[in-house]
Amino acid sequence: MSDTLLDVDDLRITFPTRTGLVQAVRGVSFSLGRERLGIVGESGSGKSQTGRAIMGLTPPQAEVSAKKLAFDGMDLLSISPRERRALRGNRIAMILQDPKYSLDPVMTIGRQIVETLRTHEKVGKTEARERALAMLQAVQIRDPARVFDLYPHEVSGGMGQRAMIAMMLVTGPELMIADEPTSALDVTVQLDVLNILDKLVAERGMGLIFISHDLRLVSSFCDRVVVMYAGKVVEQIKASELRDAQHPYTRGLLNCMPKIGFERHPLPVLDRKPEWAA
Amino acid sequence: MTVSITVEGLEVVFDRFRALKGVSLELREGESYGLVGESGSGKSTLLRAITGLAPASSGTITVNGKTLGKTRDKAFYREVQMVFQDPYGSLHPRQTVDRLLQEPLAIHGIAEGEKRIERALDEVGLGKGFRFRYAHQLSGGQRQRVAIARALILEPSILLLDEPTSALDASVQAEVLNLLEEVRRRRKLTFLMVSHDLAIITHMCERLMVMQNGEAVETLTASQLIGHRVSEDYTRNLLRASEGFVRV
Ligand SMILES: Nc1ncnc2c1ncn2[C@@H]1O[C@H](COP(=O)(O)OP(=O)(O)OP(=O)(O)O)[C@@H](O)[C@H]1O
Ligand SMILES: Nc1ncnc2c1ncn2[C@@H]1O[C@H](COP(=O)(O)OP(=O)(O)OP(=O)(O)O)[C@@H](O)[C@H]1O
Ligand SMILES: [Mg+2]
Ligand SMILES: [Mg+2]
Repeated sequence: MSDTLLDVDDLRITFPTRTGLVQAVRGVSFSLGRERLGIVGESGSGKSQTGRAIMGLTPPQAEVSAKKLAFDGMDLLSISPRERRALRGNRIAMILQDPKYSLDPVMTIGRQIVETLRTHEKVGKTEARERALAMLQAVQIRDPARVFDLYPHEVSGGMGQRAMIAMMLVTGPELMIADEPTSALDVTVQLDVLNILDKLVAERGMGLIFISHDLRLVSSFCDRVVVMYAGKVVEQIKASELRDAQHPYTRGLLNCMPKIGFERHPLPVLDRKPEWAA
Repeated sequence: MTVSITVEGLEVVFDRFRALKGVSLELREGESYGLVGESGSGKSTLLRAITGLAPASSGTITVNGKTLGKTRDKAFYREVQMVFQDPYGSLHPRQTVDRLLQEPLAIHGIAEGEKRIERALDEVGLGKGFRFRYAHQLSGGQRQRVAIARALILEPSILLLDEPTSALDASVQAEVLNLLEEVRRRRKLTFLMVSHDLAIITHMCERLMVMQNGEAVETLTASQLIGHRVSEDYTRNLLRASEGFVRV
């Protein structure tokens, strides 16, 4: 087992649209070990599309290329679609940015977790149900038995997000891409969920890509941070050193968050320079 | 003082589950009021009940002096607009941004669509290039900005905002919060705003209610929260958790 789990070199993703080509990702490179890597960046900078490309979930009309896109030594761009599917939801899992949209709307939350579990392991119905309930409990869902029987439109934003997390956890992946996994959770539940992810990294050696807008969480939770802007990585930095970031985008980000007890109206905003997107 | 929204003893029940257990609230005209609390505590349900999307089984809701029944008329939506928590579900993915913004204007028979659409997109920081994109071609944060533009385009007097910036990076978040504050000041809007980010709530709101399990835990002014002058343990936990992750 090598230390590098994932190697991304010069990843590019292009979409055709009515008004021309959109270069969503323009040469992204980073590598990931058995650690917590944060990805932060401008809205629309290509974070989710980067995650989706690693998963093999890029929309079919888009063009994906890379000098290297390797998971555990395997070239993801040249293996067969069948091998890719086998990796997905098995050794690699992704918590999608919008859970309610990614859950099956006509299947109850409980059944979705049970089915995911049963495609992975030979377990009986009763045991599967019990484990699914235990997972919902682990992500701090109040009254798991009620939520088990609810459909996605019947749960709150944060409950949907946690159902999605529970579903990904039952698969025990080696690489987890979590796209804004806690954005709809209240701050105390956020920390509970991070504790679960943290354990998987520390105890099972899982590699975690944590895409988040929440700089406070990223700087306190992750080991390293990749900062993206306009489809590129503009800075890579140790999470604990985020305060000393060099790139003006990163510095600007830190400055424009509201802080409890420091009134600033209006909030400072970024003066985006064209050369940042060069 | 003019009252904008009064909610009294509101109960919402789904099957047998009580999502709201007698919640009361009073918003003054022009005020910005925050809702924070546990995930699943009923914050979205409260906003949805005001807009008629969640069934109230008892209690009353009064908006601009009018006590509401089960249904809402067109005039209501001219006054009250909501930005939904999930930007994916609330915008039809196969419609262009242009269509999404035309629609409310057409429903309410508003002329000058062209100008309003351009201004609305400009206000939320989306350039002209986005106007003919389909919603499914946008990132999470770009969708959220379209949703905000769509709510503002009718120039309502009350805006219900459910986690309006949780899908945005800090720089776009700052722009959207500034925009919301500015339109509020300019058009004397009343805000009822849900966020799990206490810093955003204290930045945007004068008063707030903390919710847990379908009930109000306590109501506070922003300065009480800032000064940690709170009486409930749950609120104290929220304040502590707001400081970030601590590895044990
Ligand atoms: N199907 C598509 N067609 C055209 N452009 C697309 C499509 N999907 C995404 N894009 C564009 O690709 C860019 C990157 O999108 P992505 O979803 O990766 O952003 P993001 O960094 O995750 O942003 P956010 O923080 O707002 O979620 C965006 O500018 C988006 O508009
Ligand atoms: N249509 C429905 N059928 C059954 N239960 C529902 C329905 N809609 C909401 N609920 C329940 O009502 C409760 C409150 O949900 P609500 O969406 O208001 O929570 P919230 O405070 O907004 O949470 P979050 O912060 O996670 O978004 C939840 O337990 C949810 O499961
Ligand atoms: Mg995204
Ligand atoms: Mg909600």
